[in-house]
Amino acid sequence: MSGVPPLVLIAGPEQVLADRALAQTVAALREGTPDLEVIRLQAGAYAPGQLAIEASPSLFGGEKVIVLADLDEATDEAQLDTLDYLAAPQPDVTLIGIHRGGQKAKKVLDTFKKSGARVIDAPAIKSDRDKVDFAMNEFRAGRRKATREAVQALVDAVGSDVSELASACQQLIADTQGTIDESVVARYHGGKVEATGFKVADAALAGRTSDALALLRHAVAVGVDPVPIVANLAAQVRQLIRVGAAGRGGRSADLARELGMAPWQVDKARRTLGGWDGESLGRVHRALAAADFEIKGGNREGGGRDPHFVLERTLLRVCGEHANNR
Amino acid sequence: MSDAAAAPTAVRPIWADLVGQEPTVTTLSQAVADPAAMTHAWLFTGPPGSGRSTAARAFAAALLCPEQGCGQCRECRTALEGTHADVEVVATEGLSIKVDDVRDLVQLAAMRPSVGRWRIIIIEDADRLSAYSEAPANALLKALEEPVPRTVWMLCAPSVEDVMITIRSRSRHVRLRTPSVEAVAGLLERRDGVEPAMARYAARAAQSHIGMARRLARDEDARIRRHDTITRAARIRDVGDAIDAAADWHKIATEESGASAAERNASELRRLLETLGADPAARTQPPHVRSQINQLEKEQKSRATRLARDMIDRALVDLFSVYRDALVLRSRGRSPLINEDSRAVVEQVAQSLSDERLLLAMESIGTARERIAHNAAPLLALEAMALDLRLPR
Repeated sequence: MSGVPPLVLIAGPEQVLADRALAQTVAALREGTPDLEVIRLQAGAYAPGQLAIEASPSLFGGEKVIVLADLDEATDEAQLDTLDYLAAPQPDVTLIGIHRGGQKAKKVLDTFKKSGARVIDAPAIKSDRDKVDFAMNEFRAGRRKATREAVQALVDAVGSDVSELASACQQLIADTQGTIDESVVARYHGGKVEATGFKVADAALAGRTSDALALLRHAVAVGVDPVPIVANLAAQVRQLIRVGAAGRGGRSADLARELGMAPWQVDKARRTLGGWDGESLGRVHRALAAADFEIKGGNREGGGRDPHFVLERTLLRVCGEHANNR
Repeated sequence: MSDAAAAPTAVRPIWADLVGQEPTVTTLSQAVADPAAMTHAWLFTGPPGSGRSTAARAFAAALLCPEQGCGQCRECRTALEGTHADVEVVATEGLSIKVDDVRDLVQLAAMRPSVGRWRIIIIEDADRLSAYSEAPANALLKALEEPVPRTVWMLCAPSVEDVMITIRSRSRHVRLRTPSVEAVAGLLERRDGVEPAMARYAARAAQSHIGMARRLARDEDARIRRHDTITRAARIRDVGDAIDAAADWHKIATEESGASAAERNASELRRLLETLGADPAARTQPPHVRSQINQLEKEQKSRATRLARDMIDRALVDLFSVYRDALVLRSRGRSPLINEDSRAVVEQVAQSLSDERLLLAMESIGTARERIAHNAAPLLALEAMALDLRLPR
């Protein structure tokens, strides 16, 4: 037989992984039973009794799979019915529960585990390192070699969305031969840098003038709105000022709690503070406030300036205030 | 016919709440008494809190009252409240008046009055007719251009510059002035039963803004907030302080607007669901209900933006008064201090900053107000301002 137990739980927020786990499980079941019936239920929009109706044996026999999606949004009825089912599972039925995380329907989750369900994790892929690991795994699963640099370049290019990253990996596996190295990635995704407001702000605050301007052009070209770019810079400058004002001493975790920031933000701000003093940050912040106003059209009599011009001028101003460029 | 002008003692009771505006009262009473002095469109301008909408409502009441504004009869009372069948009061809580709303008004204006002598349409924020596009103002233009007999438009705006020139030229302009502190304090005592000392403080601190003065006199939280706002200014020394102060001002100003709005938003939603016969407990609403909810949420959001902006603007006006007072102290001027009750703060600011720096601070506050009014990020604008308010160590 397929080796899939009658209860399967897919738990975790990462949609790509969850979809994939579901597809693999159903495929494994299908191997043994080609005429397998697959029934999808949404626990969030659940009619009482639905599960019992679908799970009851049909006149013609045959195996079936019931996919109970959105367990994390399950209605009370859905939770009760699922618990009832778990207490008395039907033969010939495989129940797959999908839970994206959170506290809702926790009891159902635990009961699944206690009843000996196969638990497949779908952990969130957030940090760059997770993404690199994910892409590495993709290539390994496709029986292909990829260099570390190539994977990093790929993550830089399309990493903001995991499903996009997954399909980019599949594309490279299907379309290319041999080892996947940087030149292959450059051929497919060359010149595309995912420039976000964050990256522009990072470059500008590190005093890297040409990087900041190039990233800005990229960001504008892919349609990032000028307003959030300034907002982002302002938010970072605000953090720099506040962390700077708090002084060098003290553990970053304590300071983070005091300022309402995340510890890594404090650490990052402390690193960035190297090229700055309070006065220059103050001047930068004032320039940003003026830029915010000008980008939004300014006063009508004065006439708004071209937002991109304002942005570039502001970035030059920010970089000019950085100690390395003075 | 010119009785009112000749004998100001014979002012009708309806004008009692319009304090310190004698010339306006004369003009309006004449228009009520003499058909030849009447016209179909009036533009009331004056600083915020000077009583623009009070003037318009009193004028409406006087026009409808059989005795030219007795202040007692049904016509007078309902016109003042804005519930009279022939008085339509338009006051937006959003950021602008929409063109569709204006079109409805124009249709309404074409109808004869139902019970009274006049059909009166009062637009309280005529400056918001052309806030983002001129379409709403243009829709109104036709109605002003071809007046219907017995319909009167009353538009209120801070100044004539806030109203499109084509509207301005088609209406008669009535300018309200800033009432004196004494007049406002007198009104608070007489109308709201406020104690004399409190009334004087409130009128002075609100800089003769009648609505603000009333709030300050009656609401202790408002007084505390105002005090917090101005004392914060004297504690800005370095860049870090400036950022903190801006955060505090932002918080003081938005705190209250958030709390009161949440309650009101929830009750509005409840009422809407009730009207539509929808189940409030349902997790997902059917599409037609959802679209209505979206519409409501959009209005609430616009209202919240407006409220937060107004609150910040008021805080900045309060803040401005500190630097103004400091300048008065430094120049040994004889005009009374607005912040007499917080004299210590004013003195500290006056000792720390030179005349030039005080003017720079006032300029910065003005810039921040302008930026926030034009949709800039409020916190960022406040921070940039606070950086200019730093006192030397």
